[in-house]
Amino acid sequence: MATTMEQRTISVRDGMFEAEVFEWGSTKGEPLLFLHGSSSLVRGPYLEDLGDRYHVIAPTHPGFGESTGLDHIDDPVDMAIYYYDFLDALGIDAAHVVGHSLGGMLAAEVAALDPHRVRKLVLCNPVGLWRDDAPVLDFFAEDIDRLQRAVWYDTEGEQAKAMRPDMSDMEKLMAFMYESMQSLAAAGKFLWPIPDRGLAKRLHRIAAPTLIVWGAADQLVPAVYAEEFRSRIRDARVAILPKSAHFPMLEEREDWVRAVTDFLG
Amino acid sequence: MKLHFFHLMPWPDLPDDFQQKYRSVWVDVPSHLYDPVRGHEVYNDYLDELEYAASEGFDGICVNEHHSNAYGLMPSPNLMAAALARRTRDAALIVMGNSIALYNPPVRVAEEFAMLDVISGGRLVAGFPVGSSMDTNFAYGQVPINLREKYQEAHDLIIRAWTDPDVFAWNGKYTQLRYVNTWPKPVQKPHPPIWIPGGGSVETWDWVTQRGYLYAYLSYFGYKRAAGAMRGFWDEVERQGVEPNPYRAGFLQFVGVSETDAQAEAEYGEAADYFYNRCLHVATGFADAPGYRTMKTVKSGLMAQIGAAARQLREGLKWKDFIEQGYIVAGSPETVRQQLTEVAKGLNVGHMMLLLHFGNLSKEQVTKNTTLFAREVMPHLKPLFSEWEDKWWINPLAPADRRDPAPAATERAPQAVK
Repeated sequence: MATTMEQRTISVRDGMFEAEVFEWGSTKGEPLLFLHGSSSLVRGPYLEDLGDRYHVIAPTHPGFGESTGLDHIDDPVDMAIYYYDFLDALGIDAAHVVGHSLGGMLAAEVAALDPHRVRKLVLCNPVGLWRDDAPVLDFFAEDIDRLQRAVWYDTEGEQAKAMRPDMSDMEKLMAFMYESMQSLAAAGKFLWPIPDRGLAKRLHRIAAPTLIVWGAADQLVPAVYAEEFRSRIRDARVAILPKSAHFPMLEEREDWVRAVTDFLG
Repeated sequence: MKLHFFHLMPWPDLPDDFQQKYRSVWVDVPSHLYDPVRGHEVYNDYLDELEYAASEGFDGICVNEHHSNAYGLMPSPNLMAAALARRTRDAALIVMGNSIALYNPPVRVAEEFAMLDVISGGRLVAGFPVGSSMDTNFAYGQVPINLREKYQEAHDLIIRAWTDPDVFAWNGKYTQLRYVNTWPKPVQKPHPPIWIPGGGSVETWDWVTQRGYLYAYLSYFGYKRAAGAMRGFWDEVERQGVEPNPYRAGFLQFVGVSETDAQAEAEYGEAADYFYNRCLHVATGFADAPGYRTMKTVKSGLMAQIGAAARQLREGLKWKDFIEQGYIVAGSPETVRQQLTEVAKGLNVGHMMLLLHFGNLSKEQVTKNTTLFAREVMPHLKPLFSEWEDKWWINPLAPADRRDPAPAATERAPQAVK
């Protein structure tokens, strides 16, 4: 049963931030905070599926989409503190937190800096660590074809096609390019030039049971990083999904949703 | 008007198939293409060319800063300016300039520029570019979205370091210093003239005008395509109710002078092709990091200098196109005189920075170009704008206070030990 999406704006820290929030599921359900990656929030059916069981709260980060206040945030630690204020504004003491890519890095910060705010943690293809022998792709500079091959298991699959802009409609294409520039510009604050802002020093603080889920074919953030995260987090397990890359929640939606919901309970 | 000789110091030996074989002249250009033995020759030739221009009466000689770049071999323009300071006497040393967000702490720039100003007896023009995305974001790792804020803070700190007679504390977002106390202070008071090289960011026009600095539009695509950007600048000057003094503005132009127009093509055609088709071959992904330009500038439709759109402006172009589209002003002295007069008047620019070396021109060619320009073209252009006062110019020490370097000493032969 598909849930319907609600949209609202939440004022955080007395209006310093205006957060655009998308929600699925009953507000009586357990709260689940979804933190998106560098290309902003992909509002796919995977969020509806999660909405069947949880109260899914998916904001765009400050500086992404319509959410404001990036000027007041300098690094991932500032961002974690912002999300405590965000949860306060919603009257939520603790939530499940699911983060993808950049959002995975931020979710890990949220869980490490104040462990009691996070019940269970899901990190999906997160960035935040660095190995010289397996560098995260420089997705700020790579050309579009290389990027496509890096982030999709099947570059000609339905999901990959759906995420590509309509090249025949100039107006839509420009809007897509502006939004993508805005998102990447904001992401650069946390990931440029190397996506490592010291998270490795803080991961041991994470107390929440943690699931690390990864699309095996990811060439943007190779799956070798799954073990890097697992070995640093007290109570963590890994699920590798074989037929997806950087967006397993799109390319292997059913398996991804099952892995996440089985873990969260 | 004032005329300056500008050198980019390109590597002259990029292979013929450079564009096919490598993806970028900048950021990840392979270092095996560089040969330090040849580099020794190249640097010394290029410095000779700048010194020669000074001796031929150019008002200023210009150097600039690039990193990991095969067409700009001056990671530190200050070193070049230091070398030139002792070998020139009257020409302004126009450093165009230091990308001040890259220096940690930025007082380093205040110190080095002050040293240059003092050594040269007050001949420094201090250029403060934001710097290209390739230089600042890719080669020097600066977070694109923070770059302009960091630049602003560095600017404010440097100006205060030059002008505040007291030791002060600086609690900035990017720089914290308990004691700022710049020694030496510049000769020129309150500080050397400040020129802001720009590529057409809309915010820059507003800020430059408010501060009363010179705006230098540095485009590789000539005066015809510069008209839009310069109009934007002059509109802003008018909007702020400031006088449209042409000396507020500078402009970069490639120039090749020869005996006749036909001879100019024969002499400069290959070097023009070398510049546009090898030196400007930059990977699209390095051209414009997300966040480097503000969304306001992006949406204003002003084109980036480098990258996919810029590539369309140069690909497949021949000499005839370079000339017709005004990328290069070349021909007989009369042709060049006429066109540069048109450029100066059309754009209302009192300072022209001339690239008389470009691409892979030889020292002999540059010497000829410089000589012809200085003797046959320059005298006709200098009287332009004489009704205006240039308030953006150097103010050197009085002759009585100047100290000339001793003639270069010849080295003593090693003495045998007795």
